[in-house]
Amino acid sequence: MSIEEIENQLVEEFGLFDDWMDKYNYIIEMGNSLPVIDEKYKTDKYLISGCQSKVWLLAEMKDGNVIFKADSDAIITKGIVNILIRVLSNQSPDNILNANLDFLDKIGLKEHLSPTRSNGLTSMIKQMKLYALVFKTKGN
Amino acid sequence: MKESTLNKIRSDFPALNQKINERPLIYFDNAATTLKPEAVTDSIVSYYNSINSNVHRGVHFLSQEATDAFENARISIQRFINAAHSREIIFTKGTTESINLVAYSFSKNFINEGDEIIISVMEHHANIVPWQMVCEEKGAKLKIIPMDETGNLIIKDFENLICKKTKIVSVSHISNVLGIINPVKKIIEISHKYNIPVMIDGAQGIVHKKIDVTELDCDFYCFSGHKVYGPMGVGVLYGKEKWLEKMPPYQTGGEMIKNVTFKKTTFNELPFKFEAGTPNVGGVIGLQAALNYLSATGLDIIYDYEEVLLKYATKKLSSIEGLKIYGTASNKSGVISFLLDGIHQYDAGTILDKLGIAVRTGSHCAQPLIDSLGIQGTIRASFAMYNTKDEIDKFAEAILTVQEMFG
Ligand SMILES: Cc1ncc(COP(=O)(O)O)c(C=O)c1O
Repeated sequence: MSIEEIENQLVEEFGLFDDWMDKYNYIIEMGNSLPVIDEKYKTDKYLISGCQSKVWLLAEMKDGNVIFKADSDAIITKGIVNILIRVLSNQSPDNILNANLDFLDKIGLKEHLSPTRSNGLTSMIKQMKLYALVFKTKGN
Repeated sequence: MKESTLNKIRSDFPALNQKINERPLIYFDNAATTLKPEAVTDSIVSYYNSINSNVHRGVHFLSQEATDAFENARISIQRFINAAHSREIIFTKGTTESINLVAYSFSKNFINEGDEIIISVMEHHANIVPWQMVCEEKGAKLKIIPMDETGNLIIKDFENLICKKTKIVSVSHISNVLGIINPVKKIIEISHKYNIPVMIDGAQGIVHKKIDVTELDCDFYCFSGHKVYGPMGVGVLYGKEKWLEKMPPYQTGGEMIKNVTFKKTTFNELPFKFEAGTPNVGGVIGLQAALNYLSATGLDIIYDYEEVLLKYATKKLSSIEGLKIYGTASNKSGVISFLLDGIHQYDAGTILDKLGIAVRTGSHCAQPLIDSLGIQGTIRASFAMYNTKDEIDKFAEAILTVQEMFG
């Protein structure tokens, strides 16, 4: 699926909730369902700083697409990490670099992406794009 | 506190009348900054709409009025903390600047290589980093008073740390993370036996306790206006004249000079020597209004009520399973820090916010303390005179909701 298709899918899924609590319960569910990454990767090397919650991010290239794996010590952060992975993982570097992620506003999660929130999510997106750029440059 | 008094107080704080996420705001982030009574904002508006003028410089009517108002505020603050002279009251932009001022100016004349500075393990970064910088520059050493598992500073260890090399001791009056009231009087007594001056970071102390710097006999005491119902951007440094006289200026420029030629400048007297540039006159007037508001409401009534709230909240929260309070010593004020078993503080804070409750999560600018507790951060609820038992009940219910959502 293209990034846009996945985004639309997410907007639709979140459109089902008219109550913030249902929405957050869903995010928590997604946080719990994100496959945990191996403890050995939870080191400073993969850590994206964020003083409120921590995010670890791994990336590899497979068949022309970037595969992301990530984890967080806070569940809500992890749920949103999962959303970002659903959208950006297994996509080509170019598509990742061009993604504008406006859908986060549509599903009412933009507040979590504010840099002042310091939960590591803004830096995570930056880091994902950086990985995409590196893989793209290497690939060329 | 009588219900009518409480209702009156609540009606004086317009910010309480708002909804956050469609729920009435419950503001429990008072240790970060308090809300402001209308008396404070009114005084600032009135200053700017009438006597606004630069102070200490003009011969004209408004300048004189503004100067009088500014200097009256100084006297009123002097009285509020019972300082001996108004020239011992220096206006700064807050606690942080007050501590930086002392760290810089005191160390210039009194700290040399091999000397030692003592602080405590529970300091805010504002009372750590300036001293660290001094140590780095001068080749001095920072020594740390430890605490026991309830949050009490270990005075015996302090007595072992203090020695001939110690040049200054700087500790917080009340911990912004744990709410522990430190035995500052004892610390001052011990230090003075060695003729060592003591600075008290009163950022939290000023709002929860009657401050009498003469009785405490501290050498420096500082606080921020915004944590005591006053405006942001203004604060106070109290310093004993005998020390301030011996310290060089912190910043230089206008206001703080006596005579300037290109060869040599002589400095103004206290307190102006430490107040370079145009001061925050509106802020100072707002701060005076805040302290007047406290006095008019009655300090004892406020402190007693805050104690009632803290006891009530402690009891209520302690009864929640899976909730652990940090800082269990009995001499506490205004603050409860806690964690919920298996729930990240950021997650809890996010849901509490959705429920209209403002708390702070994280390390509260006191990373060494959080590290020493072996945790990543806490959820902190901090109370002010306008909070109610009913809000605490709602808070406890909200915590149960959080536990359910993450359970
Ligand atoms: C104990 C303590 N010291 C210092 C500060 C710094 O105060 P300000 O940021 O107003 O300068 C604070 C504020 O959080 C505090 O709680």
